[in-house]
Amino acid sequence: MKLRIIVTLKSGVLDPQGKAIQHALGSLGFAGVADVRAGKLFELDVADDTSDQAIDDMCRKLLANTVIENYRVEKLA
Amino acid sequence: MKTAVIVFPGSNCDRDIATALHDVTGVAPTMVWHGDTELPADIGLVAVPGGFSYGDYLRCGAIAARSPIVAAVHAAAEKGLPVLGICNGFQILTETGLLPGALMRNAGLDFVCRDARLSVANDQSIFTRGYDADEAITVPVAHHDGNYFADAGTLDRLEGEGRVAFRYAEDVNGSARGIAGVLNERGNVLGMMPHPERRIEAAHGGTDGRRLFEGLLAAIA
Repeated sequence: MKLRIIVTLKSGVLDPQGKAIQHALGSLGFAGVADVRAGKLFELDVADDTSDQAIDDMCRKLLANTVIENYRVEKLA
Repeated sequence: MKTAVIVFPGSNCDRDIATALHDVTGVAPTMVWHGDTELPADIGLVAVPGGFSYGDYLRCGAIAARSPIVAAVHAAAEKGLPVLGICNGFQILTETGLLPGALMRNAGLDFVCRDARLSVANDQSIFTRGYDADEAITVPVAHHDGNYFADAGTLDRLEGEGRVAFRYAEDVNGSARGIAGVLNERGNVLGMMPHPERRIEAAHGGTDGRRLFEGLLAAIA
């Protein structure tokens, strides 16, 4: 089973990298980019019988720091 | 007093802290490899040094925080053993949950490497009793991810309980409320981004960092 796990900063947490990217887009002439949030993407290939609980544990125990980050799991196939 | 210094792949301040501890305590610390599962017996302090454990992959300190020895450090800290985390060590202590909050990329996005002016926010802890309250000291910083973050409720609680040990006297990295170092609830764990071990003798440009170690030794010897 392939998983895609997207980790993003929680809303309200300042994202200096996103701000820098937003400014760079503006300086390239792309108007109207109101906000940019940078994040991380993990692609995992796991055993088909991996439980949702185990996937959730992977996210909470390592892949995301839930003090500052949210995560979202997509099952691809 | 016997002490221990944890060494991760990528630690680069382990010898600095070992030199400082040896100098102040008169005993060379035991260097403990990250893959070990137990701390030496009869130690009075564990230091988690600065550096770039595991190359800072994933997040700073994240992988180190899940290493075998950090589980032992976590358990010992919960029983009351003093633990000092500096720079990457501070990041590791937040990642393992011994200290609240998280260290994020510096607000200015630059690696900051220079002397920082600090004020001592709490002079009562075992780590800070070598200083006076509100005293201004100078200690070097060298980090890319020292921007302390916690939610407003946590910050209020830290301030209300006197758990902010040091504050930056100027904005160095965007840290919430200027926080440079925090204590755990019990007061036996300190995490700080500045490097007191790099300011222990006159040749370093001052001895403001040395007083942390001397005060600590006096408190727990």
